[in-house]
Amino acid sequence: MDARLLTRVLTEPRYALTLDTRGWTALLAMAHGERLSGSLAVRLNGLAIPETAKEVLEAARVSAEESRTAALWETEMTRRALAPLGIPVILLKGAAFVAAGLDAGRGRMIGDLDILVSRDRLNEAEAALLAAGWEWVKPDPYDDDYYREHMHELPPLIHRERDRMIDVHHTILPLTARVRPDAAALIAEAVVLRDGLFTLSPQDMLIHAAAHLFADGDLAGGLRNLWDIDRLIREHSSAPDYWSKLAERARLHGLVSHVSRALRLTHHLFDTPVDAFLAYEARRGDVFYLGRLLARNRWGQETRKLLRLAFYVRSHWIRMQPLMLAKHLWVKWRRG
Amino acid sequence: MRHSTSISVGPRTFRIGSDWRAPLRALEAIYEDYPTPSDIPHFTVRLESDRWLRRFVRPSVSIRGDYTLPDALPVSLAHGLIAAEMAMNLQMALGERRFLLLHAATVERDGRALILTGESGSGKSTLSALLMTKGWRFLGDEFALIDPLTGLAHPFPRPISLKNAAIGVMETAYPKGKFGPLLEGTPKGDIRHLVPNARALAAMREPAKPAAILFPSFGLPKAQREVGQGEVFVRLTQASTNYTALGESGFNALTNLVTTVPAHAIDYPDTATGLKLVEQIWQGLA
Repeated sequence: MDARLLTRVLTEPRYALTLDTRGWTALLAMAHGERLSGSLAVRLNGLAIPETAKEVLEAARVSAEESRTAALWETEMTRRALAPLGIPVILLKGAAFVAAGLDAGRGRMIGDLDILVSRDRLNEAEAALLAAGWEWVKPDPYDDDYYREHMHELPPLIHRERDRMIDVHHTILPLTARVRPDAAALIAEAVVLRDGLFTLSPQDMLIHAAAHLFADGDLAGGLRNLWDIDRLIREHSSAPDYWSKLAERARLHGLVSHVSRALRLTHHLFDTPVDAFLAYEARRGDVFYLGRLLARNRWGQETRKLLRLAFYVRSHWIRMQPLMLAKHLWVKWRRG
Repeated sequence: MRHSTSISVGPRTFRIGSDWRAPLRALEAIYEDYPTPSDIPHFTVRLESDRWLRRFVRPSVSIRGDYTLPDALPVSLAHGLIAAEMAMNLQMALGERRFLLLHAATVERDGRALILTGESGSGKSTLSALLMTKGWRFLGDEFALIDPLTGLAHPFPRPISLKNAAIGVMETAYPKGKFGPLLEGTPKGDIRHLVPNARALAAMREPAKPAAILFPSFGLPKAQREVGQGEVFVRLTQASTNYTALGESGFNALTNLVTTVPAHAIDYPDTATGLKLVEQIWQGLA
């Protein structure tokens, strides 16, 4: 058994009504493992489900609601720190979803606050955040240099009183990645929410989700990112030129294949209505991605160890040139 | 998972999976008088070996589940029972949202609950166990579950985890008690579990209205003082594992508790003095 049970119930909530105790137990454990229990709670809201399942999902709903409140407050504190400098704050991922009131934010757990600012204002933004009570998390000089030279974000900052982390991005993929999205274009097309706060355009939001999923990591917890993608498409794609604009932006950022793959997988797992031309035809690799995304058993444990290892190795490979990877692993290995 | 069992404590049920049979057998033995749940569990807990070889060679138990602490240290398989208990506590501490959780022991008399809270070593487990042998109903020695809607304290009567000197004290005070195996050399010293008595288990779904809060400190000269609401509030926020996570409802639940229930701090050099102070304070309540 794999996480297809979870993807099926998320897609088709009434399927949950056919589950027995064993099925429910597996469903809830998988949802916890994938950090999708809040989303599951939203989807199953109002259905006549067993009492204990209702209690478990109610707890998930309360957690997600609290995480939303905290994310909105963190967003506001960041806006106040950066607004006096006139630096526009572009919200990314979970914070953007809840601040914009999108479906993708409903029931979603939100960890760190991710924002995007223009690279030429990065130093000012950093100084303003430090002055407003954020502090370095990693005082290690190698890591610090690594972030500043090669990453798409500042080393993570944490607020000394609220104990919440912020990642300040200047683009959406590491500078070492094979693909180099157009950060200036992301910022130019950003959509204003209110004074000083922005989100990416609907298309760039989707492209960022796809880039994050396929070009920046080992797909651990990737099912949640794919669920974001499903929600974003269902909410935005009825706009008349959504798909053509998406294709155009994906080409601009060099992320066409990533977006295509995201469309194919979300259509496959969540029955998302996608543009057939952009989704292109299935690729052989898709089966490995599906296997990785669904690698979770009825106890909520990760399975398919070799496949996971392969994706872990790949995550380093796609982010670093061979020589650089060798140097990085050497430094990390020497310190154990 | 190769082995599994289910356990029900108070309002919560747990499914526990394990790579080894032994910890579950130990768990089933001390939970033998508890009801066996057949419904969907509230929490899934896993006792895993990090590497396949670690199942057999110097086996150590990693604690996982619906809620997992990323840097929790593994526990030796010899102490697998403690790993299982820690794993269940962890699910409550990190995942519970229906009740405000206070790290506290709770006992009840005449329908009114006494909440004893303090750090490890303050003596709350021993005091609550002794009070259980003197006619009080035992509700728990680890978590008090405060219902934000009603203000009532719900039981969570896990087996009482006695440590070091407390083991001998209870073996003497309660010879007919049902004890678990003696676990020596754990990170917290020697540990032995005492199963709550039949009355505590029979009433494990019946809440009680809090009537007093005590902050015991064992090993100090006898003393007693009333504790102001501000101090109680701050100490209870520190004693709660989910106060922050509950947001406004946690704040309201705690404010309600603190403003309606009197609190005392007691210092006591020995358990006899401690029990006397508890009785005195209880009698003095309006």
